[in-house]
Amino acid sequence: MSKHFVWTKKDLLGLEYLSREEIEFILYTAASFKEVTTRQIKKVPALRGKTVVNLFYEPSTRTRTSFELAAKRLSADVINIAVEASSVKKGETLIDTGRNIEALKIDIIVVRHGSSGAPNILAHHVNSSVVNAGDGWHEHPTQALLDMFTLKEKLGRIEGLNVSIIGDIAHSRVARSNIWGLTKLGAKVTVCAPPLLIPEGIEKMGVRVTNDLDTALKGADAINVLRMQFERDAALAFPSKLEYFKQYGITAERLKKCKKEIVVMHPGPINRGIEISSEVADGQNSVILEQVTNGIAVRMAALYLVAHARPTGTRGGEKPL
Amino acid sequence: MTGYLIKNGRVVDPANRIDEVLDILISDGKIEKVGKSLSNGGCKAIDASGKIVGPGLVDMHTHLREPGREDKETVASGTRAAVKGGFTSVACMPNTEPEALDNEGIIKRLSGIIKKDALANVFVVGAITMGRAGKKLADFKALKKAGAIGISDDGSSVDDEKLMSEALALAKKEGLLVIGHCEDRSISDSGVINYGLISTKMGLRGIPVEAEYKRVERDIELARKAKAAIHIAHVSCKESVDIIRKARKAGVEVSAETAPHYFSLTEDCCVTYDTNLKMNPPLRTKEDAEAIKKALKDGTIDAIATDHAPHTDSEKDVEFDFAPFGILGLETALGLAVTELVEKKVLSWSELFMRMSASPARLLGIDRGDLKNGKAADIVIIDPGKEYTYTKDSIASRSKNSPFIGWKLKGKVSHVFVAGKLIDEVLADR
Ligand SMILES: [Zn+2]
Repeated sequence: MSKHFVWTKKDLLGLEYLSREEIEFILYTAASFKEVTTRQIKKVPALRGKTVVNLFYEPSTRTRTSFELAAKRLSADVINIAVEASSVKKGETLIDTGRNIEALKIDIIVVRHGSSGAPNILAHHVNSSVVNAGDGWHEHPTQALLDMFTLKEKLGRIEGLNVSIIGDIAHSRVARSNIWGLTKLGAKVTVCAPPLLIPEGIEKMGVRVTNDLDTALKGADAINVLRMQFERDAALAFPSKLEYFKQYGITAERLKKCKKEIVVMHPGPINRGIEISSEVADGQNSVILEQVTNGIAVRMAALYLVAHARPTGTRGGEKPL
Repeated sequence: MTGYLIKNGRVVDPANRIDEVLDILISDGKIEKVGKSLSNGGCKAIDASGKIVGPGLVDMHTHLREPGREDKETVASGTRAAVKGGFTSVACMPNTEPEALDNEGIIKRLSGIIKKDALANVFVVGAITMGRAGKKLADFKALKKAGAIGISDDGSSVDDEKLMSEALALAKKEGLLVIGHCEDRSISDSGVINYGLISTKMGLRGIPVEAEYKRVERDIELARKAKAAIHIAHVSCKESVDIIRKARKAGVEVSAETAPHYFSLTEDCCVTYDTNLKMNPPLRTKEDAEAIKKALKDGTIDAIATDHAPHTDSEKDVEFDFAPFGILGLETALGLAVTELVEKKVLSWSELFMRMSASPARLLGIDRGDLKNGKAADIVIIDPGKEYTYTKDSIASRSKNSPFIGWKLKGKVSHVFVAGKLIDEVLADR
């Protein structure tokens, strides 16, 4: 990947909208920022004088903290705004909020929203950069980027890898972003879930679909285990946590039948004993904590690139009608 | 003599099997004569050479929003939009807010507004059930007496089969057209776009085609049993088309309409999350759009109706999940039909006037869509080759929620006569 690649997008809305080269360039940029995070003084002046606003319509301490740290390590000023879910429909509209935030002369809005496409709509109405920190079931691009970054670090490449994503595919933005990113970079992706948690037409996104965990594990170089949200949509499709663990839980016994070096990822927070056993989560193959560490470097790269988009920054997710 | 002589236009009048260059003499609000080289007898002459002259368009499915939501649209603004789009008659749907058109009082009140403000003919569709709640039938006799020409719970379907059967039988007795909004809410649930690859990619809840066609199937079956007629509103998918085609062959008295967006757009357009692409039923696949075109050609779908559904910017400028369903239609229907159907040789001009004027008039039971001597002089003159760009500034409707802003369309309206009166609104930006 060339140092001379020119980043043109003002927004990071999803990996669907990025080319292979753009994804590789973010990973390349993230690698140099990771080096920064290992220094004694973990700070560079790359975004000095810039302001990043974390606009969160859903509570997520993990993602918000990661973005906040990333921005601070780039010397940006950070403001956190949490909008309560209950006021989304009644209060100020998303677009009004965005424009008001922009009037504060900020540079980047990092947005987390429960409604798919909210970052796309916001990006369309503000000139500031918009970085998607997860929207509905749509995309969570920085999560997928950090997953890929971790994979590449562990296995040296993405191209040609067999990666299985296991869990509630239907309601997962992490799954969608990973599918876009991994397939663009040449990995072979399998999605595995109970039938009702496989969304319509997903195979047309270039993935293999299975309902059988052993099929998904066989030959896999890496697995990405999704969080099962029984308190939300997943419950309708698969009512029993215990039964889910029996059929789809990643356990040490199951791992024994896999490739020895299989990389086990999880976007967190993990539900021990539901989608993954503690033994595996804390075991040798698990890279869960490394993912968290890498998240900062990847988010530094994302913030840095959108802030320096050239010439003026083209909108990230728009396509002509 | 007060009147006009429209000279040398290509008169397309499918109701009378006419498609040739003729003159039309209008006087006292009526068609006086259609023929070759008529003398103007003192009337003002309008040169229509190179233009298409047809019966004014009839929209079976308009939401005028008045009374109650005058912030979205009024009778005045809606009929202005209608006339600009070449429509001389519209049928307005009963889902007004907060009060539906479910009783004599509100329809009379609306009729007063229409009399005062309307630039085009407005025909009223009353509700099937009180408050469109699907629980208790409205008083059809009273609705009819107040002037309603049809009934519908548009926006909702009557879930209760017994109630719907009763409605079909009673409406038949009153001579009211029953217009079915076919949607099984237990299937469409909280979906916002078509269920399929696109909803999966976008992470949005999908509305399966089953939600529509299963209800189309049910309504047709109920009509068959009741030996009554049913009109299916806004057909969007191939399956519904097939069901309607089959039922008609079997002798069921079923008619259908579609809207221009179902043959001009597909679900793929939604990927921008533009809420002006959110409508119910949702945009479907390319295959569905092709089936709709075929059905318009072979007559399985009788009419192109707009489903003109104005919403304010503040309602539409929100997250896709939260935006209301519906888009404007009156000012783009003709342009889209000409551009997508006539120019692409799907329909002839005669077929276009059949689907947009003669058939909807016949279905509604209104004496329009026909240029015979003595009929009301509702006439549209169209410049067929003239390309224009549909701009936000040009919109006469009070709302601006159209996905077609910026589109280049063909078939510009140049003159509109309503009951022999030339409406200046159209002339303004001709
Ligand atoms: Zn409807």
